[in-house]
Amino acid sequence: MKVAITSTGDNTDAKIDSRFGRCSYFVVYDTESGSTEFIPNPNLESIEGAGPASVQMVASKGVSKVVSGEFGSKVKSIFDQLKIQLIVVNDPSKKISDIIELLNQK
Amino acid sequence: MPVTIREMKIAIASGKGGTGKTMVSANLFYSLQNAGMKVSLVDCDAEEPNAAEFISGSSAGVSLVSQKLPVIDTEKCTFCGKCFEYCNYHAIVFLPPANFIQVVSDLCHDCGACVYACEYDAITEINKELGKVNTMQVNGQCRLIEGRVNVGVYSSVPVVKKAIQSLNCEDIAIYDSPPGISCPFIATVVRADYVVLVTEPTPFGLNDLKLSVATLEQLDKPYGVIVNKAGLGNREVYEWIAQKNIPLLMEIPFDKEIARIYSEGRLLAEVADGYQERFLVLSEKIKQACHE
Repeated sequence: MKVAITSTGDNTDAKIDSRFGRCSYFVVYDTESGSTEFIPNPNLESIEGAGPASVQMVASKGVSKVVSGEFGSKVKSIFDQLKIQLIVVNDPSKKISDIIELLNQK
Repeated sequence: MPVTIREMKIAIASGKGGTGKTMVSANLFYSLQNAGMKVSLVDCDAEEPNAAEFISGSSAGVSLVSQKLPVIDTEKCTFCGKCFEYCNYHAIVFLPPANFIQVVSDLCHDCGACVYACEYDAITEINKELGKVNTMQVNGQCRLIEGRVNVGVYSSVPVVKKAIQSLNCEDIAIYDSPPGISCPFIATVVRADYVVLVTEPTPFGLNDLKLSVATLEQLDKPYGVIVNKAGLGNREVYEWIAQKNIPLLMEIPFDKEIARIYSEGRLLAEVADGYQERFLVLSEKIKQACHE
């Protein structure tokens, strides 16, 4: 299973980015292989519509879950239809490595 | 080309909310109207229009504002992606492996590019109501035009545009602008000959004044400043506008009596001595600035 995590930086020591559509990086973590892919968010500077464009980005990577600090109103219904689960982490001090650890516990 | 007083369009704006845009707009409107001029006030603050609380008129028509919204028939759609490529606003989410395509209605700007792009007749359009424009007749020859966007509508820009289009071109018009410097503000000031920025002498007022000025400089619009609630805060706003050579058009004091008059839905120019003259002086200054 693949999971997308919003990240403030390009390595697993970086903290989670509390914004979904305008996060700095998306991490695509593969729970089976343990691999991580860091993708700079191409929608960071969008004037509007960063959320839906980011949904498209992470969905095209084949993820089943997305972990972020918060999700905007325009993206929730699209994720629902795509049957992608949203996980809200309200702790901005969490590192990507912490989130990966939590995902592996489940 | 110089602008004559007969066709002058003045936007009353401010970065910060609550600085006194509507107070200035309604008082300027009243003063010009009382001086026998033909003037229209357009309430462009379509998310929270309130000029009608200060000016009474008789209803002279309501027009609805709507936009077209694309609907994609997934039976006819071949998932070619052309509509997605044509959309400049991220309003179509397209995932070909999942056979998923969807319009994000809040992001649609009604440009029609997707309908043009579709070669398979899979996109039709429906009407979505966005709001309305209320026109009120005030004392025969003057009008109050109010844009009012429906609750939950993402952008008030189409309603602002329609409200301004409802004007007769020969009027003097006052546009009571929405606060901030985003699209609804730009849609208002871009259609004005002159912009009056109302601010207050506080750090918040100055911060947002700077943002408004930077935006108007890019739009190449002439502008001046009114300091409302003068006596509050500090001198930084005055120092900054002096340094930038921005004209100080008027000062309105920080005065409990003015707040009382406003909160009762009354106009300074109607009930407080000297204010009608002061607002007429303001209109003369704006006229001169438009001629420069």
